[in-house]
Amino acid sequence: MINKFVLRLFLGSLVLFLSAPLVVVAGVSFNEKKSLSFPPQGFSLDWYAQIFTDDGWRQALFNSVGVAIGASCLSVIVAFPLAWFLWRFHAPWARIVQVLGLAPFILPPVITALGFLSFWTTAGAYGQPWTVVISHGIFFVTLPLVTLTLGFDAVDDSLVEAAATMGADDKTILRTVILPLILPYIISGMAFAFVLSLNEYIVAYMAVGFTVETLPIKIFNSLRYGYTPTMASVTVLFVAVAVIVFGLIARFGDLPRLLGAWRHDEDG
Amino acid sequence: MKLKPQKYADYATIAFPAGMLTVFFVIPFGIMIAVSFFQRVQGAFYEPAFVFENYARFLTGFFGGILGFSIGLAALVAVVSVVLAFPFTYILTRMSRQAQVVWLVFLLSVLSLSEVLIGFGWSTLLSRTAGITNLLVSLGIMDKPMSLSPSFGAVMTGMVYQTFPYTVLVLYPALSRLDPSLVEAARTLGSGPVRSFANVVVPALRNSIVSTLIMVFVFALGCYLLPQLLGKPSHWTLSVLITDQAIYQSNMPFAAAMAVFLVLVSLSLVAISLLYGKKEHAA
Repeated sequence: MINKFVLRLFLGSLVLFLSAPLVVVAGVSFNEKKSLSFPPQGFSLDWYAQIFTDDGWRQALFNSVGVAIGASCLSVIVAFPLAWFLWRFHAPWARIVQVLGLAPFILPPVITALGFLSFWTTAGAYGQPWTVVISHGIFFVTLPLVTLTLGFDAVDDSLVEAAATMGADDKTILRTVILPLILPYIISGMAFAFVLSLNEYIVAYMAVGFTVETLPIKIFNSLRYGYTPTMASVTVLFVAVAVIVFGLIARFGDLPRLLGAWRHDEDG
Repeated sequence: MKLKPQKYADYATIAFPAGMLTVFFVIPFGIMIAVSFFQRVQGAFYEPAFVFENYARFLTGFFGGILGFSIGLAALVAVVSVVLAFPFTYILTRMSRQAQVVWLVFLLSVLSLSEVLIGFGWSTLLSRTAGITNLLVSLGIMDKPMSLSPSFGAVMTGMVYQTFPYTVLVLYPALSRLDPSLVEAARTLGSGPVRSFANVVVPALRNSIVSTLIMVFVFALGCYLLPQLLGKPSHWTLSVLITDQAIYQSNMPFAAAMAVFLVLVSLSLVAISLLYGKKEHAA
């Protein structure tokens, strides 16, 4: 009895801890006046409308979404042939390329960001809007690489063998057998990269901070001049996008497996 | 089934990702290392040179203080996160699949939040006008609302908030693969759930715990905005200082030297943590 109570208390406190800042931010986003107060005074959705009606915020939204779409596509385009090669061939040196693909995610982000800053300055492209798409595409290549590696591991070898026996070459097998099987892993890897690119600040800031304003950059810049309720409504929008995207991955895919769990009856 | 690559055409597929990662990850890295030996030019950017001046600044008390604080803070954050996340992840892996999925979606959503948004959220929650102290006032615990940020406590709270979901996701595979018969055996032999957790689960995953501590430590070292948004200048960490030197002081060579140092520290720690993780698989 006591154990159950302690357990509930522990889980309850964690829910409170993790949701408290989001609840307060959601609350202040409904304030009628431009004041930072909670519980909110009055009720208004103006600050949500502002994201789309105010030129600055709308531009930042478009920038962020554009960068995230470009970067998530690029990260899959880079990760897919790598994951396929690692699955298809036995080549120990290819592990080096794999480690390179995992490194940006393990190292502190400031390092990757500074690397891009020195690179784009040296290349003479500093501040060009497209540089941030490439920077994010490389920075987040780890996510599709991980999901695709899991996807290829899950492909049943006998299907591939059957196709090969019937005379299909690598290209045909890839198109007719592999692609349909790992499509969910491509989509989830892309979705992870998309959400994280939307939220990413430091790499974007060091690459194009003075020429292109993404939403996190705009929020940070506005924070320095005080508070605007639009920051709160953008935050709520971001949380909603993340919940929807991860919820969809969970609905149509196997989220526990994607995150590394396996059931005991599976590996027998 | 797996063959060695035979023809040149076989290498074609890996050539593109290898090329992209070399041009846009390895080369930037190399340039950064080169810049760390360059000479800073006042009023301009920097000029090519080969000086150790930027590294020599590591020996100053200013840098030493920031390094010490960064390491202490990251270590504290890592310990708090693992202490909270380990029992939680254990409970999580014992929940129904559906409950697990709901928690995982929630944790991923928090984890994907920009540091800018986390900093903004906590500074609102700790503010005088919209903060938690208002709740305490209405409950009669406090006299009047006050601001709790910037402070060391605010930095700690924000960073644990950021690292907690990460810690859970690092621990999740190991704990979900833990053989349930271990705990069942302990329970059959008469030990309660708390004792079997402390005496069976924790020792069985000793190596995972150590490697998770290191991974979270590296993750916390990388935190670049929260100390700035929730703390005072005395709470700045190495990552904040690197950004500040690169962008606002335009001292790229010094920023690059500190980044190279941070890479070396992180890489050696990650290597140690991988070794620890391996041990457990071998056992």
